[in-house]
Formats: sequence, structure tokens, C-alpha cells
Amino acid sequence: MSSGSPQDLAEARPEPAFTVTLDGREIEAVPGQTVAAALWAAGVTSWRTTRVGGTPRGVFCGIGVCYDCLVTVNDRPNQRACLVPLHPGDAIRTQEGTGHDG
Amino acid sequence: MVGAACALYAARAGLDVVIVDRGPVSGGTTGAGEGNLLVSDKEPGPELDLALLSARLWTQLAQEIGEFIEYEAKGGLVVASTPGGLIALERFAGEQRTAGVVAEPVDAEALYDLEPRLAPDLPGGVHYPQDRQVMPALAAAHLVRASGARLLTGRTVTAVLRKPDGTVQGVRTAPGDILAPAVINAAGTWGGELAARAGTTLPVLPRRGFVLVTEPLPRLIHHKVYAADYVADVASDSAALQTSPVVEGTAAGPVLIGASRERVGFDREFSLPVLRALAAGATRLFPFLAEVRAMRSYLGFRPYLPDHLPAIGPDPRVPGLFHACGHEGAGIGLATGTGHLIARLLGDKTPDLDLAPFRPDRFPDEEGE
Amino acid sequence: MAERPHLAVIGAGPAGLAATAAAAAHGVRVTLLDSAARAGGQFYRQPAAELNARRPQALHHRWRTWERLRDSLARHVEAGNATHLTDHHVWFVERRSSDHFTVHALLGPAQEDPVEVRADAVLIATGGYEKVLPFPGWPLPGVLTAGGAQAMLKGSLAVPGRTAVVAGTGPLLLPVATGLAAAGVEVAALVESADPKAFLRRPRVLAAQPGKVAEGAQYAARLLRHRVKLLTRHTVVEAHGDERLEAVTVAALDTGGRIRPGTERRFACDTLAVGHGMLPHTDLAETLGCRLEGLRVHVDDEQRTDVPGVWAAGETTGIGGADLALTEGHIAGRSAAARLTGAVPDPRGWATAAKSRTRLREFSAALDTVYAPPACWTDLVTDDTIVCRCEEVAGGAIREAVAGLGADDVRTVKLLTRAGMGWCQGRMCGPAVAGLAGCGLTPSRRPFARPVPLGVLAHAGETEDDDHQ
Repeated sequence: MSSGSPQDLAEARPEPAFTVTLDGREIEAVPGQTVAAALWAAGVTSWRTTRVGGTPRGVFCGIGVCYDCLVTVNDRPNQRACLVPLHPGDAIRTQEGTGHDG
Repeated sequence: MVGAACALYAARAGLDVVIVDRGPVSGGTTGAGEGNLLVSDKEPGPELDLALLSARLWTQLAQEIGEFIEYEAKGGLVVASTPGGLIALERFAGEQRTAGVVAEPVDAEALYDLEPRLAPDLPGGVHYPQDRQVMPALAAAHLVRASGARLLTGRTVTAVLRKPDGTVQGVRTAPGDILAPAVINAAGTWGGELAARAGTTLPVLPRRGFVLVTEPLPRLIHHKVYAADYVADVASDSAALQTSPVVEGTAAGPVLIGASRERVGFDREFSLPVLRALAAGATRLFPFLAEVRAMRSYLGFRPYLPDHLPAIGPDPRVPGLFHACGHEGAGIGLATGTGHLIARLLGDKTPDLDLAPFRPDRFPDEEGE
Repeated sequence: MAERPHLAVIGAGPAGLAATAAAAAHGVRVTLLDSAARAGGQFYRQPAAELNARRPQALHHRWRTWERLRDSLARHVEAGNATHLTDHHVWFVERRSSDHFTVHALLGPAQEDPVEVRADAVLIATGGYEKVLPFPGWPLPGVLTAGGAQAMLKGSLAVPGRTAVVAGTGPLLLPVATGLAAAGVEVAALVESADPKAFLRRPRVLAAQPGKVAEGAQYAARLLRHRVKLLTRHTVVEAHGDERLEAVTVAALDTGGRIRPGTERRFACDTLAVGHGMLPHTDLAETLGCRLEGLRVHVDDEQRTDVPGVWAAGETTGIGGADLALTEGHIAGRSAAARLTGAVPDPRGWATAAKSRTRLREFSAALDTVYAPPACWTDLVTDDTIVCRCEEVAGGAIREAVAGLGADDVRTVKLLTRAGMGWCQGRMCGPAVAGLAGCGLTPSRRPFARPVPLGVLAHAGETEDDDHQ
């Protein structure tokens, strides 16, 4: 039976957490987590707005096929958050438009 | 596109029009085009005259449907890579001016005002404000709708029907015959096949071309930009791969990159060497493109005739049959002029241009015909 | 010593792993390329190494099968029979002749740096991805694919929220619902549009797969234990929320697959895991010129495509699940090993696998008839419902292209509306566009299986090129 979290279920003992930033705000990330996973853990479910309608998007397919979860990491736009692992000090920025604007 | 334009102008001249295509609307070369409405790449002569006429007509149509077809009056910028190339380009532009083309010389400094992201140290170019862009598939579909013509897609014309006296009676398709005293062959790259089904000949051959499409970008490239060797390429007869960079942004965001020409029949296999050459050419012109991603590529077959001019006009061998095909890489741009001319002919009116250079029967008959 | 033939296997899921093991054990040197950091594909997706998960099997079933695959790969790598290239995103396979292929890949999540691997033959085991049909509100953050929820759970030990509804159709919904529940998410309901009685109409097929029937029963028991409401013959009609998901409305379906008015009920939730089946990845094979049958790569009994030197196995040859992928991968690996070493392949050597393959294909075909999306799904798509997520093309624009501009196939709708021209290149919206256009889904031509930087493309394959100018 579940004990309340996937870490508990899989008996994960991740290495110590580190900080990254989301639009300048510090959030915690666990080694091995992707950008998407860390943002979910921080209660964030969207990190870009679409080019035409400006509507928020986050994870959709989770496996790198749909390109909905695009985010800017360390000034590189259009990274798939569900694929990119985080490292200490990484700077995540929400993106708008084509990701190349501004 | 050419067929759609013929339908539009014929309908507006009061004719009842039926469009038949074995594929979908914009399903042929039109759906694989870039949407070039150019005067810049044409030397003085019949094709340039047709381009100037067509440009005027496109401007008129743009007032009606421009917003639906991504019409952009962006202008073209032809860039020389060497001082010698610039001299040749300026001489060419001078000749074009005598034919009515607006061609403004651009020195090295002004070049970077027009296109800040061009590769450094280019000597200059020529600006052609009359060049335009449309999204070709949308344009054809909207022309068809605007024409009010009956559209029959997914129907193959198996024969052009002729009366005992040899004049055209209509076309045969599997679901049934469509009767009409005039048939326009606007089958583009397949115009030769259709001509054969009418009992005549038109030596249209395919010239394969690829286009690369990038991820959506903000407007970083402002004109249709190409290297001066594009013009020389278009006129070349060589069968081997010809590539010369053509780069432009689109209203929707992606940058389109061309252009290649090969005589490989109807080979639809994607060729990495060609795509490599397109990418290399584009990044040479605009170095920032090296980090930009190509998302897709498509290929099409331009219809060309031996002298690189289209066939426009009645076929004396088959009264009632008119040809409007073989426009090679200029079909989108030249469609309006072609359609207008065909409509004039159908109404027994004098066409605006001398059509002798475009006569469909100007090629010697093949043996055994 | 004669050099062994070199086979490139693309994809380290069940099919690719089975193929690698079979080929490496029979005289072929294998390079296994995969986009992830660890082998396993989707089905056996492993948690990232740094998470130090001591019981990853808690998130999986058939763990022992995975252990065998994993250990076999390790043995072959150590013995020098195989190389496992991780973080390699293959975007193009270039065929220079029937025994000369170059696999073009981009490295790592950033996918900027190119790698080229030359091989004598290629085995494509690129798997599949989820099909989701649109409905109002589906672009809201919090709505994700069922497989995506599972991937985030298995790979990152991450959950999307606190309260979930799992919906759609297909066998995948069961492990997703139970997996989320076991991981601490409150799963309010499993909303399945299929009619469970449809299974009873196919007793022969079920009897041939007693293991699967038992599996189904286990899931049903787990759902009960976690107090997940199982609603069959129901579908999600709308997802609600402002900036993110807050609730969904679910309704019952009649026998014709239409919504039964008055049966709508609302579930508050911050997560909707939705899926309507799977689609094969066929881009690499299609670009190589392999014939496709419908949406899948055509293969013969030896898992050969009709392009000499190219084999294919697993979901890419037709969606059928992990067990089928294992049998196909094994046969493909055995066939490739025989053909490449100049031996005459002896099908008796893989007769068991072949029988298994037949039975599993039949089972999968039967599942397809049971797990169909609701017949009325296009009715749910309003003119404002986004259909192409990437380019934000709504149902109305697609309907206009069909009714007003004469489009009647997916490619023409794409040209006239931009649906399918975005980053995902029509992978997600293709089935929906086909449904709204009233036509069959034909596979797209995607020469680039991944977006490739122009700077990389400008030099791709250059060093090996000799006779092109």
C-alpha cells in the first residue's frame, strides 16, 4: 500500500537537494529531477504561454513528443522541461511567444 | 495555383467553370511551393513581362483576399558576395529597369540597414520593392473559392473528349463525363500527361526542389533575401544539383529556406546532401541561423519546358484545348497573369501580351506522334 | 579474424533490448542508440540514477523481465558485443547502400551537438506515443496524457497534483490509475469509454491470454482498494479551470457512443490523465523508404522491412504492448544476425517467439476493437476547442477548411490552417484532424525525426560523402 509519495514507494534516497531559480525566485530541486518534475514539486504546473493566444502550458505528453512543456533554461529557449535534468544554479525562465522574443 | 487563377478570371469573365483535380486542392506543386511573387529574378523578356502583369493583378487580388493568404509586400533583396558579383548584379538590374522593374542599388552600409543579420563584409546588393510573398496553398484555395467554380477533387481526367471534327467536347472521369467546349490544361508538372490524354504533346518535365522550414521565430529577416547566383541557377540547364540560398521569414513565424533544382524525375526520397547544401547556404547568408532549428522539409516538382518558358494559349492541334502550365519555379507569381490571359482568349479578346513565346506547339513533335 | 557485421539498433525499450540481446548473442556487433539516460523505453522507464531508488520495482510490473533484459545488455556490453549510447536523439537514418547506413543523432537533452554512427544494417525499435483526442479545456495545465503521468512518476518519482481523474480508453489507463493511487494521489475516478462487456464477445482471444485476464482482475482489485470509481461507458466532456485544471465534467455514453443527456457529473481535480490509445513512431522508417501499412511499418515474418538492411520491431510495426515488442525484437535480432553473418536463417530457432507473436497480435487486434474512443468525440469538439495545440488551431478553422475550402485530407487541412505545422509536426493533432475532416489518418512524412539545428544540418553526413558535388 502507498505510504504517501512516490519517493517512499520506490524507497528513493536522493542525493542532497540544491537550488535553482525560476524567474529569479529560488526553488529546490532534487538531483535526477527534470525541470518539469522540480516545477511540479514546487507547485508550478505551467511555465510558458503560447505564441498566438497567450495561454498557459505545462507538461502534456511527458515523454518529449508534444513540445508543450517548452521552457528557457540558462538562456537556451525551447527546452523540453520533461527531458532536461537540473543542475545546481540552473536558471529557469518562463517563456512567451516563440521563446526568442525579448 | 495556375488552374485556380484561370478559374477565377474565367468565372469573372462570365464563364461557367468546373475545376477537376485528381488530388486535393493545392495538392500538386502549389502545396510544395514557397510563395514567390518575384520580378527580381527575371531578365528582360516574355517571362518578365508576364511577371509584371501578374504582379499588378496580385496587388489587386490582395485587396480582396490578402489577409487570408499571408500576402506580404515585403520586397526582395538580392545580395552579392563579391565585388565582381555586385557589378554583374547591378548590370543585370539596369537591364531589368528598362523593362519596368524597380531595382534600387544598395551599398554595403545600406545593406545592413535593410537586413542587420546578414553575414558581415558583403559588398552590397539590389533591392526590389515589387517582390511579394503569399502562402501558396492558401492562395490557391482562396482563389478557387472566390471563383465560385465547381470544384471536383479526387477525380482523375482519363481522357479529353473530342468530337468527330477533332474539337474538344469535355473530359472523361471515372464517375462520369464533364462536357465543355473549352478545356484548360493547368496540370502543372503533369501537363504532359494530360496533353497526351488529349492526343497532343507538351514536353513538361519535373525539376525537383526542396524547402527547409525552421521553428517559429520573431521577424528577424525582413525581405525575401537571396544570393545573386539564384538567377543564374534558374536559367541553368544542368541536371546536377543546383543550390543557391533563398531565405525569408513568414507571417506565421518560420523561416523558409530554398532553393535547389535537380532533374531526377519524380524521385520523392529525401536527400540529405541537398538538405545539407540548403542549410549551408542559408547559414552562410545569415550566420544566426546556425542555432535555429529546422523542423521540417518538403519537396516538390517544378514543371519546366525545354526553353524554361511556360505554355500559355490554345493548342492548334486540338481546338478547344488551352494549355496553362510549365511555369517552372515561378508558377505562383505568374498564375494571375496566366489566368487573366487565358480568360481573355476564352472570351475571344486580345490578350495583353504577345503570346507567341508561350505557344504550346512551339516544340518539335516527338517521333512517332 | 573477420570483423563482425555491425548492427545499429535504435530504441532501448523492450523491442530494442530484446533485439540487441539476440543479435549480440549470435555474432553481430550491436550499437544500441537511445534518447534516454537509461535503457527501458517507456514501458520499463527507470528512475533517474541520482534518485537512488532502492525499490523501483514498486512502480513497475514484470520487473523480472526487465532485470533479465538489463543484465543481458550489461553482459554484452562488458563482453564487447554491444555498445549502449545513451542520450542520443536520432533524427535521420541515411541509407547509402544496402549495407551502409549512417545514423544521425543529436546529443543530450540540449540536442545541439551532432553524432554520426555508421553501421551495416539498422533495426528500428522506436516505439510509440499516446493518442489524445481533443475536448473543451484539454490544453489546461493539469491535463496530461495517461502515459505522461506514468512517465513522470516512473522517471522522476513526480506526481502532477493531489487529486486526479484518469480517463479515455485503453489498457494503459489501469496501471496509470493504480500507479498514481499507490504513489499517494487521490484518484477520484477511472473514466473508460469502452464497454467492458465487449470483452465477453471475444472469449477465444481472452482464453489464449489467461495471464492478461488475470492481470486485468488484479487491476480491478487494486482500483477497489484505492477507492477509485470505475466508470465504464463514460467520457470526459469538458475540463474546467482558469489558469489550470480545477474540475472535469464526465458523462455516460449510450450504445451508439453518444452522450446520454442528463448523466453529466463533475469531479473536482487538479489532474486529468487522459489517453485514447497509442500510435507508432514511424518517421525514421518512412524516410528510409520503408513501406507503411496504415500507420505502422510493414515487416515480413523475419521483421524485415522492404528496404534491404532495415529491420523493425515493437510498437513501430504496430501497437501491441511490451510482450509483443519483446517477441518481435527477439525475432528481428535473430534474423539480422543470421542474414548479416551470411547464414541461412532458421525460423525453427525462434518458433516459440513466432507463436507468441501471432497470439499477441491477435490479442492486440481484439483490444483495438474493444478500446475505441466514443463514436461521438467529434461532437464534443466545439469551434473554439483547440485541436492543434502547437499552432493553436481551433475546431472551427478545421471545419472551415473542410467545408469552405474543399480540404478532405490531413495534409491539405494542414496547409490551409497550419494544424500540424508546429513543433510536434502533427503527432498530437493528426488523429483529431483526420476525424474532423472525415478521412483516414495517413502517416506524415517527417524527414527530421527531431528538430535539427541548421548548423548541424549544414555538415550532416559531409565527411563520408564522396560522389556528391
